[in-house]
Amino acid sequence: MKGHAAGAGQRRNRRFFLLFVMPSLLGVILFVLIPFMDVVWRSFHTVVAGRFTGFQNYAAVFGNQAFRLAVRNTVRFTLTGIPLLVVLSLLIALQISKAANIGTIKSLYLFPLAMPTAVVVLVWKMVFYRQGFLNLLLTQAGAWTGLWGEVHTDYIGTGASFGVLVFSYLWKNCGYTMILWLAGIRQVPAELSEAARVDGASEKQIVRKIVLPNLKGSLYTIVVLSFLNSFKIYREAYLAAGPYPQQDMYLLQHLFNNWFVDLEFDKMAAATVCVGAFLFAVIILLMRIWDKREE
Amino acid sequence: MAGRSGSKHQFRILYDGLRRLRSALRVGLLALPTVLVCLPVFLIVTGSVMSNGELGRYLETVFYDGTEYIRWKIVPDYPTFGNYGKLLFLSPQFFVLFWNSVKMTAGILAGQLLAGVPAAWAFAVYQGRGSRILFTLYVVLMLLPFQVTMLSSYLVLDRLHMIDTPGGVIIPAVFSTLPVFLTYGGFRSIPVQLLEAARIDGAGEWRIFGMIGLPLGRSGLLSAFVLGFLEYWNMMEQPMAFLEDKSLWPLSLYLPEITWEQAGYAFAASAITLIPAVFVFAWGQDYLEQGIIYSGLKE
Repeated sequence: MKGHAAGAGQRRNRRFFLLFVMPSLLGVILFVLIPFMDVVWRSFHTVVAGRFTGFQNYAAVFGNQAFRLAVRNTVRFTLTGIPLLVVLSLLIALQISKAANIGTIKSLYLFPLAMPTAVVVLVWKMVFYRQGFLNLLLTQAGAWTGLWGEVHTDYIGTGASFGVLVFSYLWKNCGYTMILWLAGIRQVPAELSEAARVDGASEKQIVRKIVLPNLKGSLYTIVVLSFLNSFKIYREAYLAAGPYPQQDMYLLQHLFNNWFVDLEFDKMAAATVCVGAFLFAVIILLMRIWDKREE
Repeated sequence: MAGRSGSKHQFRILYDGLRRLRSALRVGLLALPTVLVCLPVFLIVTGSVMSNGELGRYLETVFYDGTEYIRWKIVPDYPTFGNYGKLLFLSPQFFVLFWNSVKMTAGILAGQLLAGVPAAWAFAVYQGRGSRILFTLYVVLMLLPFQVTMLSSYLVLDRLHMIDTPGGVIIPAVFSTLPVFLTYGGFRSIPVQLLEAARIDGAGEWRIFGMIGLPLGRSGLLSAFVLGFLEYWNMMEQPMAFLEDKSLWPLSLYLPEITWEQAGYAFAASAITLIPAVFVFAWGQDYLEQGIIYSGLKE
């Protein structure tokens, strides 16, 4: 009897699952999955005649100077930006979780998420150009302390552009990551810290021995989402310096866009497959680690 | 003896100094965003009420590589709403672009409501083996950046003759899987017993979705809406790739096209672009936070 009811429940589940998921699933199949198969096919063929070329497109991609530069910069950006973001936002979240008036501070940190990039970039230009606010500030600080003279660094057109990019990423995403940390901190059982406090543990010990170990689960999510958001830095980079910026901020996203504009679909297809496969592997790997943690 | 108490005293001073430094650091950490957030807004707002001539005097050195540093005034010499006036009443082009932005954002969000919300309900309520595998696929798709799907989107849009139409930007975004994931978070927070009770009382599945799911799962839905609005109001990559005709562009792409001779316009247009985003942010900050938390949930 019970088995029968469960069977009916399963049948109902399957039927309504399909009904509800169908509009979205059809769209995903038609607009994402099938065209992606097409891209995979193209990555093994020439653009014009559609002749099979084996791994020639892939070889062309990996031999390409611009591709190597873009990969190097993107990796460098990710490895600099994400650890900085994760640590900085954790420090802020730990401080804020103790503060009394949390609402206003959170709003302030979150607000950059709402600022349209085009607006932000207008301001960054005023700050980071050679005669901009940053140099004005530095010069005044130099005059005040007497340590250095006038500063005329161009932060967009030189290697410093990489730093501007990282700064802009931190500026935009700190609030987002901080909220994730705060949610994690809130889930740390209060009894644990209370008990430790009663036993005479200092605040620092509580953070190190109780709060931080309990945040490991949040760390994985935060790294994944920070990585996802790191790709959007292209908007700032593109608006500040156009399609061919100073070479330290030439990212994979620039390369994809330029290949797209130049209709180099064969190389683009091969690069898409490579980057897609890499990301897929990373995501699945991280998911595995999550699942293991939960067991 | 004296030496020992002296070193103790010095130690004390050092310790106090360190503590003071730490609390100063804490205040700095909390106060820094105030500067970093308010400064851009302040510059945009004050700039938008300066005349082109005055702005030109301040900014010339920045954009033509002069020798002086940039200057600014908290209160402009001759405050004017002329930029706004010209933008709103004398340049029809601006209106077209503003409406492009509104249409695109509204179209995408409405489409996501129709396709994504039922899908989120399906994943949250009717779980089975197949649904779990499919959900993993959705999560992976949600994490892929635009550049990876750019070529495939282009190929299908080209075949459907949707390149250079607003639909070419709207349709692929409608089937983004991020809002499904966020809405799913809200639906999952509804207790299963409630749905079972409704079933026993004879409510059909559609009724349960409409009468229990939508009202009780509204936090997920609204957080998808807020995050979606901020994302699509700021959309650049998609229109840049799929729209050649500049009269179809959204505001976010038009702003950088304004030249420095018309800096006043640029500031006023920036301020106007900022207004809807600020409005949604102020109204939906709680949902924004909720959405960020949902985006971090594993399942």
